[in-house]
Amino acid sequence: MTQHFPALLIIIPLLSALIVSAMGWIDRRWCFPLAGASLAGALAVSVGLCAQVMAAGPIVYKMAGWRPPIGIVYVIDYLNAPVLVVILSVALLNLISAKTWIERDFAEKLSAYLGLYLLFLAGMVGIVATGDAFNLYVLLEIGSLTGYALIGLGKERAPLSSLNYLFMGTIGASFYLLGIGYIYIATGTLNMADIARIVPTLAGSGTLFLALVICMAGLFVKMALFPMHGWLPNAYSNAPSASAGLIAPLTTKVMIYAMVRVGLTVFTPEFTFSRALLSEAIVWLAVAAIVTGSLLALMQRRLSRMLTYIIVAEVGYMVGGFWLGNKAGVTGATLHIINDAAMTLTLFMAVSAIIWKLGSDRFEDLQGLFGKMPFTMTGFVLAALAVIGIPPTCGFFSKWYLITGGIHAGQWAFVAALLFSSLVNAVLFFRIFEIAFFEPFAEGHGHHDHGPALSEAPVTMVVPLLLAALSLIALGLYSGDIVTKLIQLAIPAGIA
Amino acid sequence: MELLYSAKPLAAILVSFFVVPIIFSAKSENVREAWTFVAAILKFTIVLSMLPFVLKGGEIAYTLAEVLPGLAIEFKVDAFGMLFALVSSSLWIVTSMYSIGYMRTLKEHGQTRYYACFALSLSATLGVAFAGNLLTLYLFYEMLSFATYPLVTHHQDREARSSGRKYITYILGASIGLVLPAMLVIYSQTGTFEFAPQGFMNGHFSQGAMAVLLLMFVFGFAKAGVMPFHSWLPAAMVAPTPVSALLHAVAVVKVGVFCVARVITGVFGTKMLADMGLGTLVCYVASFTIIVSSLIALSQDGLKRRLAFSTIGQLSYIILGVALLSPSGMTGGMLHIAMHAFGKITLFFCAGAIFAASGIKNISEMVGIGRRMPFTMTAFLLGSLSVIGLPPLGGFISKWNLVIGTLESGQIFFLFVLLASSLLNAAYFLPISYKAFFCTDEEAMFEKKVDEVPTWCLVPLCITATCSVIFFFYPQPFLQLAKMTVSTIIGAPMP
Repeated sequence: MTQHFPALLIIIPLLSALIVSAMGWIDRRWCFPLAGASLAGALAVSVGLCAQVMAAGPIVYKMAGWRPPIGIVYVIDYLNAPVLVVILSVALLNLISAKTWIERDFAEKLSAYLGLYLLFLAGMVGIVATGDAFNLYVLLEIGSLTGYALIGLGKERAPLSSLNYLFMGTIGASFYLLGIGYIYIATGTLNMADIARIVPTLAGSGTLFLALVICMAGLFVKMALFPMHGWLPNAYSNAPSASAGLIAPLTTKVMIYAMVRVGLTVFTPEFTFSRALLSEAIVWLAVAAIVTGSLLALMQRRLSRMLTYIIVAEVGYMVGGFWLGNKAGVTGATLHIINDAAMTLTLFMAVSAIIWKLGSDRFEDLQGLFGKMPFTMTGFVLAALAVIGIPPTCGFFSKWYLITGGIHAGQWAFVAALLFSSLVNAVLFFRIFEIAFFEPFAEGHGHHDHGPALSEAPVTMVVPLLLAALSLIALGLYSGDIVTKLIQLAIPAGIA
Repeated sequence: MELLYSAKPLAAILVSFFVVPIIFSAKSENVREAWTFVAAILKFTIVLSMLPFVLKGGEIAYTLAEVLPGLAIEFKVDAFGMLFALVSSSLWIVTSMYSIGYMRTLKEHGQTRYYACFALSLSATLGVAFAGNLLTLYLFYEMLSFATYPLVTHHQDREARSSGRKYITYILGASIGLVLPAMLVIYSQTGTFEFAPQGFMNGHFSQGAMAVLLLMFVFGFAKAGVMPFHSWLPAAMVAPTPVSALLHAVAVVKVGVFCVARVITGVFGTKMLADMGLGTLVCYVASFTIIVSSLIALSQDGLKRRLAFSTIGQLSYIILGVALLSPSGMTGGMLHIAMHAFGKITLFFCAGAIFAASGIKNISEMVGIGRRMPFTMTAFLLGSLSVIGLPPLGGFISKWNLVIGTLESGQIFFLFVLLASSLLNAAYFLPISYKAFFCTDEEAMFEKKVDEVPTWCLVPLCITATCSVIFFFYPQPFLQLAKMTVSTIIGAPMP
């Protein structure tokens, strides 16, 4: 049984997507528990796999017994095992948190929505688990197409935003496919491990280098790296809350993962970081992403839009860290995939709870929120501390590695950008705290019972939110273990 | 040196965490405040139980989690940390008592949040005191910033908002903008954060780089209020008086100077700083703050604002003492953490008592107030004498050591700074007491009838004033702890 875990990882969400969709015709009440149970099952499998990897090293699973490079393999190693656990935890927590939303907004389409939700996850999990460069493209499309649908289901401007995302996303995916084509021309194989074996023999190959650049360009579009970020703020902030809480933490992070995977284990690090000019240019692009993302976030007057621009800046963190090309930088980028997924989830769940109660997330409507929703705000504050980068929350530690990497590489602009972004984040969140804590201003000198009565979101929203918020501290305290027992083992010896 | 592994430091820090949920769930205010006392007394007891071992020259260590490879969140109770922990945990009990009187008399809102945040702040303070490395120190330093923000802005009005904004901008901006980069640079060069008796820089940096890094810490720990990073402190006086008393005379600001002192001794090392002549650089920065803040204090009419500027000056005494790098100077600086704490908290308690009893905040309206509040104003006199540094009060002991320290290091200029500042202290404190007691009947703004504040407010300020007197005659265990710290640093027993 346990030897089939890698297959189960993708089969569970894929099959249950079909079952849940079909269940809509029989008895709609079963849809939600089924979806939840399948996610919990997949999560358990991923935890089991992670434990297996930590105990006995990477696992290679041959789909249907076909041997590579003909067949498709799934590879669970030190790099993706923790990412898989995070993806499935995010999906499960968000599903519980979004229950009330889904039941209200998609009552008629419950089974279809949940089917899409699970199919999206099958795509995400597959991208992370696969050991085949072309299979990654297929799963990328599954994840993207369902993602467009999940966003487009929203009201008002959501379909338009989704269409915009679809155009950009398709361009990105096509670039990636083109890059894979070049790789196939140069190496004659699509299996990642196989490619990695052949790459060193083609060290000076222009074709292969072009393949790398095109693949990366495609992934940059899909992860919304500045200046290809235009689609993201609209798509994420107009999406239904239930979808935003799933897609915002996962899509960009999975794309970063794909970048790390392609950069480290498809191409070897020696090859990826061989042209200093390319690395340098991408780091500068990341610096621009961090600075503009932070500044644009300052200009927003809606909480969810502010968060989307923070994501744009965070993408810059990870891209820049990775392309520093040294151990600390790559460690920081990889660790930040996990941490940023948890932080973004917490923030978006908090926003979802706020919109549920207030019907809006405009700054001026957030008055007195600490009094109205103390538990939601507790989660929100913890997530804010993580985004600012205050120890012992997890955000501090990934930022620590990223900045250390910048210092080692002598990339002072990147170091300065990270510190600048921390300070801007502090301003961003304290602006929210001020509105929620002080306003509406009372007459007199504050000797009064302040603020409106308690009016908290449903418990199905608050509990997952607080769990996610606590996980930010747990991830921080365990980040030493995550790094030494997983991430550092995933980094090839070629990186100093 | 004996090393003991025990979870006691962690327990001392966490004990208030455990009480926070209880405080939140308490329905009646008596229950809530009883729990605050339980937490405060438990905390003090745990700290006290570690004292004998530390006094014997031992250290108590505990590692919580290894968060970065080779770098853990860890606690180490040494003599210096013990000194600070004793001061803050004992004064929390007194302040809790005072809070009850003050907050109830003024019928403040949001008292549950108030007590919870207070408890968190004390956790963070002890975390700083017991931090075994620079990362842990920074962690709790930041935690304190966030835990005190709701206390500073307690009134939730426009004034509180703008003061809170100033507070967090200075404190957080300086720590992220200056301390964090300095830490990162040091770690990437030395690969360690472990405090050592003579620091761990080991010639990794040139003199110029050392000077820049040192100043980044001195200014970056903005809680220490070194000019020009001081103006959050007077602004933060909008907080309720017990907050000002404990946090802005004791916990927050002393955390700032404690961090600076730790970094000077444990990170840079006194010998290396002396060789490079960098101690003197910090001494000049501190002297500037001492003199300028005392001059500003002279012109303040708001009592709490005058106390705030006085605090800014006194904090730099501590930094000056440590930066003198001479044994007596360091002893005096460290001892001043304790002596100034007891003196200044008395003064703040008195300011709060006057406000709670009469609603008066300005010194010009306090003529003859000694007739109405004789106990409060007597305590005020004692507190000011201690801060000025006159016998028979505790402040004299620390200032004496500071003066000796300037002579030991042969830097006479700073002797004059200390003397001039003492005169200025006297000039801005003594007229308050004088006007309170000695005035003609026509001048007096108060009836002769004694009308003191409630006992809950009065007792604490009498206790701290009495302590200030006692410490002159018997400055233990603080003096011994300070001397032990210094003898560890210089590697020889103190006289």
